Amino acid sequence: MKSLLAATISVIFGLAPLPAQKIEKIGVPELEKILASPENVLHVVNFWATWCPPCVTELPYFEKLSKEYEGKGVKFILISLDFPSQIDSRLIPFLEANKITADVRVMTNIDYNSWIEKVDASWQGNIPVTLLFNNANEIRYFHPEELEEAKLRELITKYLQ
Amino acid sequence: MKKYLFLSLAGLLMAALATGQSQYKAGDIASDFSLKNIEGKMISMSQYSDADGFIVSFWCNTCPVVKKYDQRLQDLHAKYAPKGYPVIAINPNDPAVSPGDSWEKMKETAAAKGYVFEYLFDETQEVARKYGATNTPHIYILAWKDGKLVVEYVGAIDNNADDASAADKKYAEEALNSLIRGEKVAVAGTRAIGCTIKWKKG
Repeated sequence: MKSLLAATISVIFGLAPLPAQKIEKIGVPELEKILASPENVLHVVNFWATWCPPCVTELPYFEKLSKEYEGKGVKFILISLDFPSQIDSRLIPFLEANKITADVRVMTNIDYNSWIEKVDASWQGNIPVTLLFNNANEIRYFHPEELEEAKLRELITKYLQ
Repeated sequence: MKKYLFLSLAGLLMAALATGQSQYKAGDIASDFSLKNIEGKMISMSQYSDADGFIVSFWCNTCPVVKKYDQRLQDLHAKYAPKGYPVIAINPNDPAVSPGDSWEKMKETAAAKGYVFEYLFDETQEVARKYGATNTPHIYILAWKDGKLVVEYVGAIDNNADDASAADKKYAEEALNSLIRGEKVAVAGTRAIGCTIKWKKG
């Protein structure tokens, strides 16, 4: 009994301090699941990394619009391609420093050639890129370069209808 | 009507160029170029009298993925230049967008890293456009055949940007080994995450 109590206490307190930001690590199966999502919402999937300056420039637009469109049929997923060895040292501190609260996931499969084509046949691996889709409505648009805030807003408005 | 059609075609062509959709793939004939090296000398592939082909690498000073592959590109040159396939690195980035990729900074990078291969500046970005390069690093392995430069491989050096020792698919080396043995290249195209080329604005 005592040991159970001790175990319970250690579970409650032993995990602390939790990292302020938790981030979901994904592989190819999880990526495929996102891309095949039957959910009738407009998915806005951005591929980025902290080491990519144009990605960092456009990230606040995704953060901002993810708040604006909350509960309005748009689902933002920001897939980080930071190296798995830099998740704790670089990615999480970056998200905290920039107060990013949008849904960020990190792709841990770096055998890029095994999955890039699944995202879009035309994608050669440059980032940033953004995919907008709603499988329920057969909507699909791949944007092969960086976005301005106005352009992102325009695309969402266009494909949300 | 004819004029309209021409304009439409011109528009399509420009759009294709702008998005890099006209990418060279294995079997295509690559164009030679004349680009300035870090000493200010103009370099073309036709000037290499002994080469059987080239490892043309779209490269730059600033991209973290390029930095990860820096030693690997130097190793490729050390291993394959004596076998007829030297590296030619080309920086296509616009310094107005990416100041660290100016010609002056290229000299610094080459000196600091001790590059012994040519490091060229694609100032007009015409070569990157023509080849359809989209990111750095982006490798094109070419081989001379009947006076023409045939594209034999396009893509990544290997399948692990983060850790060279963990790469278990060495695409570039395998392609080069096949060419040297006179065999067909098994994997002629791959894709990899890299830094988007910093195109001129407007």
